[in-house]
Amino acid sequence: MKLIVRYMKRYLRLTVFSVGLKLMATLTELMIPYVMEHLLDKVAPQKNIPAALLWGLLMVALALLARFFNVNANRTSVRVSKECAYEIRRDLFRKSLTLSGTQTDRVGLPSLTSRMTADSYNVQNFIRSIQTMGIRAPIMLVGGIAITLTMDVGLASILCVMAPVMIVVIVAVSMRGIPLYGGVQKSVDDIVRIMRENITGIRVVKALSREAHESRRFGAVNAEMARRDRKAGVVMALPGPLITLALNVGLTLVVIIGARRVNAGVTQPGVILAFLTYFNMILMGVMGLNRIFMMMSKANASANRIQEVIDAEEELVRIPECDAAAPSRPGCIVFDHVSFAYTGKTQEEQLALKDIDFALPQGGSLGIIGPTGCGKTTIINLLMRFYDATKGAVFVDGRDVRAWDVSALRRRFGVVFQNDAVFADTLSENIGFGRKVDLEQIEKAAAEAQALDFIDQYEDRFEHRSDIRGANFSGGQRQRLLLSRALAGAPDILVLDDASSALDYRTDARLRQAIRENHRRTTTVIIAQRVSSVMHLDHILMLDDGRILGQGSHEELLRTCPSYAEIYQTQMGEEEA
Amino acid sequence: MPPIVHGSKPKNARGALRRLLSYITRYRLPLFAALALSFISNILALLGPSLAGSAINEAAAGAGRVNFSQVWYFASRMLVCYVSSSLITIAINVVMMHVSKRIAQNLRTDIFEKLLRLPVGFFDRNAAGDIISRASYDVDVISTSLGTDIVQILTSTVTVVGSLVMMLIISPPLSAVVLVTIPVSVGYAVWMRRKTRPRFARRSKSYGAMNGFVEEMFSGQKTIQAYAYEEHANARFEQVNGTAADAYYDADYYGCTIGPTMGAINNVSLGLVSMLGAVLYMTGGVTLGQISSFVLYSRRFSGPINEIANMINDIFSALSAAERIFDLLDQEEEGADLPDARTLARVRGDVALSHVAFGYTPGKTVLKDLTLKADAGKLIAIVGPTGAGKTTIINLLMRFYDPSAGQITVDGTDIRRFTRSSLRAAYAMVLQDTWVFRGTIFENIAYGKDGATMEEVVAAAKAAHIHSFILRLPEGYQTVISEDGGNISKGQKQMLTIARAMLYDAHMLILDEATSNVDTGTERQIQAAMRRLMQGKTCFVIAHRLSTIRHADCILVVRQGDVVEQGTHEELMKAKGFYHQLYAAQFE
Repeated sequence: MKLIVRYMKRYLRLTVFSVGLKLMATLTELMIPYVMEHLLDKVAPQKNIPAALLWGLLMVALALLARFFNVNANRTSVRVSKECAYEIRRDLFRKSLTLSGTQTDRVGLPSLTSRMTADSYNVQNFIRSIQTMGIRAPIMLVGGIAITLTMDVGLASILCVMAPVMIVVIVAVSMRGIPLYGGVQKSVDDIVRIMRENITGIRVVKALSREAHESRRFGAVNAEMARRDRKAGVVMALPGPLITLALNVGLTLVVIIGARRVNAGVTQPGVILAFLTYFNMILMGVMGLNRIFMMMSKANASANRIQEVIDAEEELVRIPECDAAAPSRPGCIVFDHVSFAYTGKTQEEQLALKDIDFALPQGGSLGIIGPTGCGKTTIINLLMRFYDATKGAVFVDGRDVRAWDVSALRRRFGVVFQNDAVFADTLSENIGFGRKVDLEQIEKAAAEAQALDFIDQYEDRFEHRSDIRGANFSGGQRQRLLLSRALAGAPDILVLDDASSALDYRTDARLRQAIRENHRRTTTVIIAQRVSSVMHLDHILMLDDGRILGQGSHEELLRTCPSYAEIYQTQMGEEEA
Repeated sequence: MPPIVHGSKPKNARGALRRLLSYITRYRLPLFAALALSFISNILALLGPSLAGSAINEAAAGAGRVNFSQVWYFASRMLVCYVSSSLITIAINVVMMHVSKRIAQNLRTDIFEKLLRLPVGFFDRNAAGDIISRASYDVDVISTSLGTDIVQILTSTVTVVGSLVMMLIISPPLSAVVLVTIPVSVGYAVWMRRKTRPRFARRSKSYGAMNGFVEEMFSGQKTIQAYAYEEHANARFEQVNGTAADAYYDADYYGCTIGPTMGAINNVSLGLVSMLGAVLYMTGGVTLGQISSFVLYSRRFSGPINEIANMINDIFSALSAAERIFDLLDQEEEGADLPDARTLARVRGDVALSHVAFGYTPGKTVLKDLTLKADAGKLIAIVGPTGAGKTTIINLLMRFYDPSAGQITVDGTDIRRFTRSSLRAAYAMVLQDTWVFRGTIFENIAYGKDGATMEEVVAAAKAAHIHSFILRLPEGYQTVISEDGGNISKGQKQMLTIARAMLYDAHMLILDEATSNVDTGTERQIQAAMRRLMQGKTCFVIAHRLSTIRHADCILVVRQGDVVEQGTHEELMKAKGFYHQLYAAQFE
């Protein structure tokens, strides 16, 4: 809620204006049955036709006036919610892009996306409704009861009894129904999961002729889904008729007690009629309040989720030079006894990297190799400061990475991540990627990345558009585009994380040759599965379970590191080893 | 959730409706019962205001002159009408809920059964998300619409017609007012809907575009940070965001006037009825009770008119959802086996392809003219650059696709003469894209062999070198793993599928990059087990790492859909052809 208040405050005047209009609109509407009662009870018996016409016209005028207020109130509230939602989304997006790796991990990408879409949408709806329904419903309820009290206290007491009953019914049913819908949602997830499993594994299912088995599995989940859905549906179908029932029972009571009071001379027959109209209004007030509460609990959860991101503290702040660590030795890239845990805890089993220590001179090349999950990518994450080391320090060009301006630091890099993103944009924009590089440089980079041959096949060449996630390219083509992007900025440091796994050996070899020849002064870090991709580099780290098992040149490692020699042998075949 | 496109129109509403009816008519009995009950309940509800009016009339006699037995008479009937009407409505809701959910269940079953009968190619061409949204979202739209709309339409119609009749009975002159205001409000509703629909469609579209943009940018968040692209991304988002905000404002600026205007027409009508009613009352044309009933009836009126307009929209949405579902159900299924198809039993394992040609899309051949022979028990390796057609060969062997020319034989018989299931059962396979489902480790390994015992599963796991890993899991073989395999690594998943293949004892074996995710150390360990698995079987192996297939009896080098070289490793190395180049490239 705090978040909603914060943003609505910026449009305080507009909000006050819209609330004021709604207030007027609702009060105007409340007057209509009042006038009707007067017309039927006071004017009609006097047989004064001009007066009756006048009062009737007053009702019409009030109706039109109410519309005027309502329409303008609604429009203003749409305006407020539009502006607030726009700003919330803008700030949320901006912030999301600056989150540290740890923060992104904590929230999770799918959740971050849904905060941006579904949650901001909930908040927008709420901001709008609170200004309209949120004003109208309580006034209808309270005002309706107040007016009926002034008309006839005795009759009004029926309302005072019925309204809480209706509220209780609605709240009780909603409280029971909402968890039931949670169960339905779980069933939907199950249905979706089994479908997805069968779609992705259709080859296996068919190869093993498991169709009947899968049918049974789905049948069970499907039946459970139908059962839960039915149960929830039945419960939620209750409040409608029950409220109508309560209202109608109330009406009957009004008629009966009203007749008694007319007989006793304490009330007029027209009052009964007016009551029936107010009853409707009060009912709408109750229903409106119910909807507002439902919306509020939903919007509150959404707003909190958004706020958690927007107000997240900046984690990767630049520390002052005097607080920064001093490098123990020279080098373009230095890791000084670095340990790291994604969880931030320092227990041994939590560590993704343990005591990583190496130095790489400017223009040097580093290869990192080791089994999946051994911490290769984590080294890059620390080097480019997506995360901060738990222990030890990382240096780039002799300066603690924490003392760098983060953008300035990252601008020195050209990088291809594992499963990196190709965006729905032109190829030139994908390669240039917001940097000041001209077409010539882009072409040169594409040539080095061995991407020119397939780009040239498109008539519009670099103006050719990529689909979302580069879906219109093959895996190999995507990797070559990404490599072009990494090379285009003539980076000081080139980082390739499993960037050529979809390339065949020959293309890979040509790529490496191009990098060797054209980026002589570039410091290079290459992560690979294949020994052949790293064996020619100056320095190789053999990693396992977050620890360096051995480091040095290919020849040194063959001599000193048995596990490296073993990998080499299995991958290359015994005789070449 | 993001807004739903307003009133997406079905292309062939009638056809979709007819087929949907075939699902509905299975429940015609409860459905008719519900409709009949709903008719009764509405009539009962309609009697209410009339009785209320009569009671008020009695009360209008004035102080001291009210006839209470009459008041009681009308009031008690009023109560009975209202109570029974509400109770019947609840009963109807329950029945409709059952029927609509049952129909949803049937639709989902049919979709799922259909999926299992579709050829593999369908899943290669269509996004999983799209197929799933038909089974979840579209079915939901239909069942919601069935559950409420059928009864609602009847209710609304009965209410509108009934109220009109009652009003005419009570006072024809007063009805004149309503006969003017109703067409005005109907006309207004229709006009506004036409006017706002394109605006709401635009709004949905711009929100969709915004969501797509956000999803894309967030999934590339790390890249954006790495290239300090944030400001550009923000600037682009500002545009997308602005467009969405404007589209929202534009649509709702108009949309938000509908409610107040309908309300105003209603109130104007109330004013006119009161005014005219008062005048008629003075001239003795109408009683106070009649005015009361009339007002109550006219109040019941405005709701249903608005609702009918909404429901027509809903029904159209449901019909286009139905259309999408039936479109899926109409997809061509995997061709039936030949009528005289044999069951492939007692497999020897001689496989031959002669002059096979194939392309996934017409005009784009992947395999041009492939001929190869794999004798029983031999190890055939297939190598070549990415996209050369290696996996395609596997697809043809398993009959996931049929070749466009040439033929494939097993033990000398064209594979089209076998039943698909028996042909497929003759192969065990381990694929690059490992597949596990949510279930216990035991179930995942035993998948494919009915009634596998724990001993067998453990033996297979031991052979695949994953037994000790499994024992370290919290619940051992009963540990539940999930579809995305979040709790186990890619390599371990692959070893599970290897264990599955080991347990599934078939005469022929397909390994498509079976050990690509297993690290080299482990790979060496399971080599021995793999060799045992391959023993005596005809094996087709696709591998990236050339070292793994050096012992193959025959290596096929595939390039752009043709076998360009074939022979043993030694022969091919001596030939110094393409294979030699590929092999040498490993060491450059």
